[in-house]
Amino acid sequence: MSILQRLNSPTMYLICGGIILFVAIVCVFFMVRAYRAGLAIGMDKTKMKRTITASATFAVLPSVGILLGVIALSGSLGTPLPWLRLSVIGALHYETQVAVGAAEAIGLSGLNASEMTAQAFTTIALVMSFCIMWGMVFSVFFNKRYLKKLKTPKNANTGAPGFGDSAMTAMFIGLVSAYIGSYIGSFVSGGAGGMFSFTGSWLPLAVAVIAGAVMAVFIWLAEKKKAAWVESFSIAGSMIIAMAAAVVINGLVK
Amino acid sequence: MTETEKNELFEKYNDRTHVYGRIACIVTLILLIGAPFVMGLYLGAMPSMPAFGKAFLAVGIVWFVSCIAEYLVYTPMLGAGGSYLAFMTGNLINMKIPCAVNARDIVGAKTGTPENEIISTLSIATASLVTVVVLALGVALLIPLQPILQDPALQPAFENVVPALFGAMAYKYFRNNMKIAVIPLTVMSLLFIFVPSLTSSTSFMILPSGAIAIGIAYLMYRKRYKVVANED
Repeated sequence: MSILQRLNSPTMYLICGGIILFVAIVCVFFMVRAYRAGLAIGMDKTKMKRTITASATFAVLPSVGILLGVIALSGSLGTPLPWLRLSVIGALHYETQVAVGAAEAIGLSGLNASEMTAQAFTTIALVMSFCIMWGMVFSVFFNKRYLKKLKTPKNANTGAPGFGDSAMTAMFIGLVSAYIGSYIGSFVSGGAGGMFSFTGSWLPLAVAVIAGAVMAVFIWLAEKKKAAWVESFSIAGSMIIAMAAAVVINGLVK
Repeated sequence: MTETEKNELFEKYNDRTHVYGRIACIVTLILLIGAPFVMGLYLGAMPSMPAFGKAFLAVGIVWFVSCIAEYLVYTPMLGAGGSYLAFMTGNLINMKIPCAVNARDIVGAKTGTPENEIISTLSIATASLVTVVVLALGVALLIPLQPILQDPALQPAFENVVPALFGAMAYKYFRNNMKIAVIPLTVMSLLFIFVPSLTSSTSFMILPSGAIAIGIAYLMYRKRYKVVANED
């Protein structure tokens, strides 16, 4: 039996599937608790249902992207481990980078099935799990205190609303700006011609612009045409149209 | 229900959330760190500790720093229940954070309120479950799905999931906050233009970009409430 066959054996699926099932149960448990608590404090049922619908539609396309990460890694690590890694704690941009780094650090020329040994595999699996676990570790030790500290009102006497809400929106704007900036930079200076050669890939920037334009239409529908229901599907809808446009543009450019 | 009763009820819920969240995180950590050793028992080869140490020094330190930053920045956005779940299920930047922010925005929940906490938890739990289901279906149907998902004609679509996501989010958030967005967007664009190699570290560049945006938002906030206070 080859190493890849062993890595794809039912036992490996059982180990990884068991952990994923546990995490899924935790998610259901937290979801039910939150829903009940929402009802108990008098929250609008429709709002909570809308949150669930919007989040479910939102998550489908990124999940397909994550599935591609599983497929990409399955050629060298088998399917069960990437399935586990990308379902629990993992991150699309992290897994491949760490798996390749770990493979090189333990003496393989890269992440490939031909050089993979059982020990290399278990070591890579441990590195992948260990390097990204800190968010959970910090949550265990500091979450309660950290959140309590953040909640303490500093401007209780001023009558002004807290800065927290604006800070969160601003942080998110910063996050989006970093990504959009990277698409602009990649296009302007990321190509073989070097800085200001405008030979880098422009497709991510074009996709982002198209998604933004489609989003504008959805917002217009929601605000001007009073079609509030489109809001729940606006992100997923914008994404799918922009992704379809990427296929069309790529076909035309070829 | 009075505001005090509502807050008491919510505090009770929140306290229990910390207990359950901690237990769930500890169990998940044990399972995740234990899995390579259980796999080792089955495969007949335990992880090599010297190789693990070397690999951790090579790639782990950077991620340790990144995890600290992610924890400090995202926990206040997500609240208690949301952050335990998000750190447990991962894919924060490319899914959980935008998903929770979008949900919060749709229902108009304010940061730090019980509503925000509930919405954030519901949103992240739902997104996590969708990922679990999509991945489980994808893995179960890997053989029939692989030719479709790996079809070269469809690759531009799958390679651009994140630009599509951030393009849509950019319009949604920039349109009402152009004063906050213009400087970080310009600074980040110039940085990536002059140092193109930074593209591989975009997730780290979120920190300076976010800091600039928060700084501008704070200045605007102070100015606005100074004006209000003077009018009063």
